[in-house]
Amino acid sequence: MTHPATGVSPPRWRAFAQLVRTEASLNLREPTGLVVGLGLPVLLVVVFVFGSIPTFRDPVTALGGLSPLDVYGPVLMVFSLISLAMSVLPLRLATYRELGFLRRLAVTPVGPALLLAAQLTIYAAIGIAAIVLIMIIGALGFGLRLPGSVPGLVVTLLLAAAALFPAALFPLGLCIASVAPTAKAAGAIGGIGLFVLAFCSGLWWPLLTLPDVLRSIMEKTPTGAAVQALLGTLGGHFPSVTPLAVLAAYAVVFTLLAIRTFRWE
Amino acid sequence: MHAGTYRVNAPANVVEVWVVPVIDVRGLCKTYGDLVAVDDLDLPVEDGEIFGIVGPNGAGKTSTVECITGLRVPDSGTIRVLGYDPMTDRAEVRQRVGVQLQECALPVKIRVGEVLELFGSFYPRAVDTNELAEALGLASHRRAYYRELSGGLKQRLSIALALVGNPELAVLDELTTGLDPHARQETWALIESVRARGVTVVVVTHSMEEVERLCDRVAVIDHGRMVACGTPSELTSQSGGVTRMSFHPSGPFADALLACLPDVTSLERHGETVVVTGVGDMVTDIVLALHGAGIRPRHVRVESASLEQAFLTLTGDATASPSDGVS
Repeated sequence: MTHPATGVSPPRWRAFAQLVRTEASLNLREPTGLVVGLGLPVLLVVVFVFGSIPTFRDPVTALGGLSPLDVYGPVLMVFSLISLAMSVLPLRLATYRELGFLRRLAVTPVGPALLLAAQLTIYAAIGIAAIVLIMIIGALGFGLRLPGSVPGLVVTLLLAAAALFPAALFPLGLCIASVAPTAKAAGAIGGIGLFVLAFCSGLWWPLLTLPDVLRSIMEKTPTGAAVQALLGTLGGHFPSVTPLAVLAAYAVVFTLLAIRTFRWE
Repeated sequence: MHAGTYRVNAPANVVEVWVVPVIDVRGLCKTYGDLVAVDDLDLPVEDGEIFGIVGPNGAGKTSTVECITGLRVPDSGTIRVLGYDPMTDRAEVRQRVGVQLQECALPVKIRVGEVLELFGSFYPRAVDTNELAEALGLASHRRAYYRELSGGLKQRLSIALALVGNPELAVLDELTTGLDPHARQETWALIESVRARGVTVVVVTHSMEEVERLCDRVAVIDHGRMVACGTPSELTSQSGGVTRMSFHPSGPFADALLACLPDVTSLERHGETVVVTGVGDMVTDIVLALHGAGIRPRHVRVESASLEQAFLTLTGDATASPSDGVS
């Protein structure tokens, strides 16, 4: 059987560019992503430093000669990533799913996977902006020590993102497959994930102040490993292999789980 | 709007159009657990027609559409859409078939123009979105957010999104549900103009008014099976429906003039008024017979046994209303 020749394949790059543009506009009109992923971590940097703790910039022995600010810099960078991964992305996807927008995309040549790619691109941009702002404000204003190894910083952040975003999609997929697949449920699950991962990153108690056993457990979590790797770059070195290997393992495991569980409808 | 706007790639070989039906479904089955949604369904849709799929709620209409558009995998049976298998030739089917899905909303803060551009960018042969917006009466709403649109405008936008890829086939699920009568009329006129451009249209509905007004042929589905298929008037007469025609003749004539017509079953006179009852397409025959006798019928009224009644007979469920409550 023959068909009228088309010879035209879907212009995916054009669709992707348009999706990114549209998603960017939507993110500006409903700036949850910007507030949570960029505004909050940057605000925390300012608050921590302006906060009435003048000693925040002084080196502390318990922190291995680093100041609390130096320790919190990486924590806040990771916090930006987990906010985007755990609260912004699942909420947005679940809302789109509830609307039927993902189903609508599924009957176009493009499909919803490209929408996810566009969203990840935008959240990556927000995350990068947040991290750069944290470093600039922290370094210029308050003497935050910057990661000395740029390749180390980039590799760590990439691996952290590769672990955290699938980690958000996996429970979202489970939630959609089992219980009420609503934006509220996604928000609740993401909220729990955010809390646990923020705790493991040392947002409340810096990892360096924890007892050795607890600390080594924390450093096996995605956020704990990411912070450990980022702290490792402060001296100007590439981070040690262990935290990077931990992140890579999480990235592989969560990606596989997300692929297995996540359904578009 | 210009003829051919939506169809730049018309097949060069006309014979091919006849060989390959637009939709060819055979023995389609789909179950969800114990629930049999579609049960051995055949569906033939031909090129250039407006084909209706009607049936009571839960009859399997939407499941059928989801299988045709490749959203669901059938348990068994074969589906060919424009000659392609929706499962294995996904890309081809998605480029050539425009779909309007039931209960599909858009992000609340997306603008009309934005979403038209976005969907246009998905297709290799998309139409000009300005022309499309103009044709659908959306041009003055291009800057409006989706959530600001009335039900009628949302529906128009969703039809526009089904057409933006310049499809050869448009599948429209619950086309006018929730629209006011005025908006329904406009939508129907619009669908006819789309068909006039050579696009085959499949309309899924449970409004008999819509079928009567819009569809060339209709398949009635009940419990996942096709219980009837034909033109709306065929369905009406198949189910034993009758037509009554009343008129005032311009002059006297013998009852036998009309009573001998094959489709006429009875003739009564009430004073000046003549009432003829019959089946099938008797009205034309009556008018021609009167004309032959030099008589003009005045104040003509024709009441057909409703398609709605035919539907209820066919689906054997006189308690459920097939109407969607808008008409």
